[in-house]
Amino acid sequence: MRSDTPRSAYWRGVRDGAPFILVVTPFALLFGVVATEAGLNVVEAMGFSIVVIAGAAQFAALQLLVDNAPTVVVLASSLAINLRMAMYSASLTPHIGSAPLWQRILAAYFMVDQTYACSIAAYETQPEWTVAQKIAYFFGTVTPICPMWYAMTLAGALIGTAMPAGLALDFAVPITFIALIAPMLRTAAHKAAALVAVALALVLAGLPYNLGLMLAALGGMMTGAQVELWMERRGTWT
Amino acid sequence: MDIDTTQLWTVIILLGLGSFGLRFVFLGLIGDRPMPPWVLRHLRYTAVAVLPALVAPMVVWPVATGGAMDAPRMIAALVTLGVGYFTKNVLAAIGLGAGSLYLFLYLL
Repeated sequence: MRSDTPRSAYWRGVRDGAPFILVVTPFALLFGVVATEAGLNVVEAMGFSIVVIAGAAQFAALQLLVDNAPTVVVLASSLAINLRMAMYSASLTPHIGSAPLWQRILAAYFMVDQTYACSIAAYETQPEWTVAQKIAYFFGTVTPICPMWYAMTLAGALIGTAMPAGLALDFAVPITFIALIAPMLRTAAHKAAALVAVALALVLAGLPYNLGLMLAALGGMMTGAQVELWMERRGTWT
Repeated sequence: MDIDTTQLWTVIILLGLGSFGLRFVFLGLIGDRPMPPWVLRHLRYTAVAVLPALVAPMVVWPVATGGAMDAPRMIAALVTLGVGYFTKNVLAAIGLGAGSLYLFLYLL
């Protein structure tokens, strides 16, 4: 399927981002509920979701605040959880780094797991896209995902009820990400990278400050790069 | 439990700025300057490394079961992976993955 205009790339982004409403809705609702239970008013809960716009880091910060941790500890722990965003930023740079500054600022603000994952998957299958198309696609994925994050935080804070546990929506995160990643496992290098990252993530899961995730990710990336080099030398890299 | 309002807003604002900084650091500062081939070679594997590492613990030790391994969730993850890998169809993978989760939650 080809998308020749930024407008069609935008709408394709909207469509590809839409399934992630399943992920964002329960989490944002839950954040609104947990924030209210921790004593935050609606403005403070919304402040979190609009200013920080990062699910896992928001939950961690809130929990540490409830535990009366010092501000420095709250910030360091929550920022450690968001370190992967710097990797996303680097990974998107070859694709949209030449966009105008204001677009890169907006893209950075809206860079979350879901918008990143959708966009990088699309860029890999559409290498012929221009920067304008890639930016349009990115903001297409933002459209269903990020406003939903704000709206459902508000709903959770106002209504005070999360999704019922019987729906097993906790598993929406793994299912949507696995579904997105599986088609990207095109080469032996991609498969090796994913396999090593998974193995390291499980072995290092006990490390504090999300360090396990960062080390696993770095290990996976190095594995992918090495396998690619090795295949290149053997002449089997296409 | 009362959280101090000043501390709360300090955390919200600084965490927001810090998170933005992490998101902007490469996109903003490198922009369209060319990166060396070895860096690009590593960046090609960012998505297939970070995202599986992010979800692997959620699959093996689901929060909803208090961290106990759970057959329906494990099967659902494998179905999603298999359908996504062989069909390259994200929506089919999500649909069949979710379907198998509910099916096995019901059966087991």
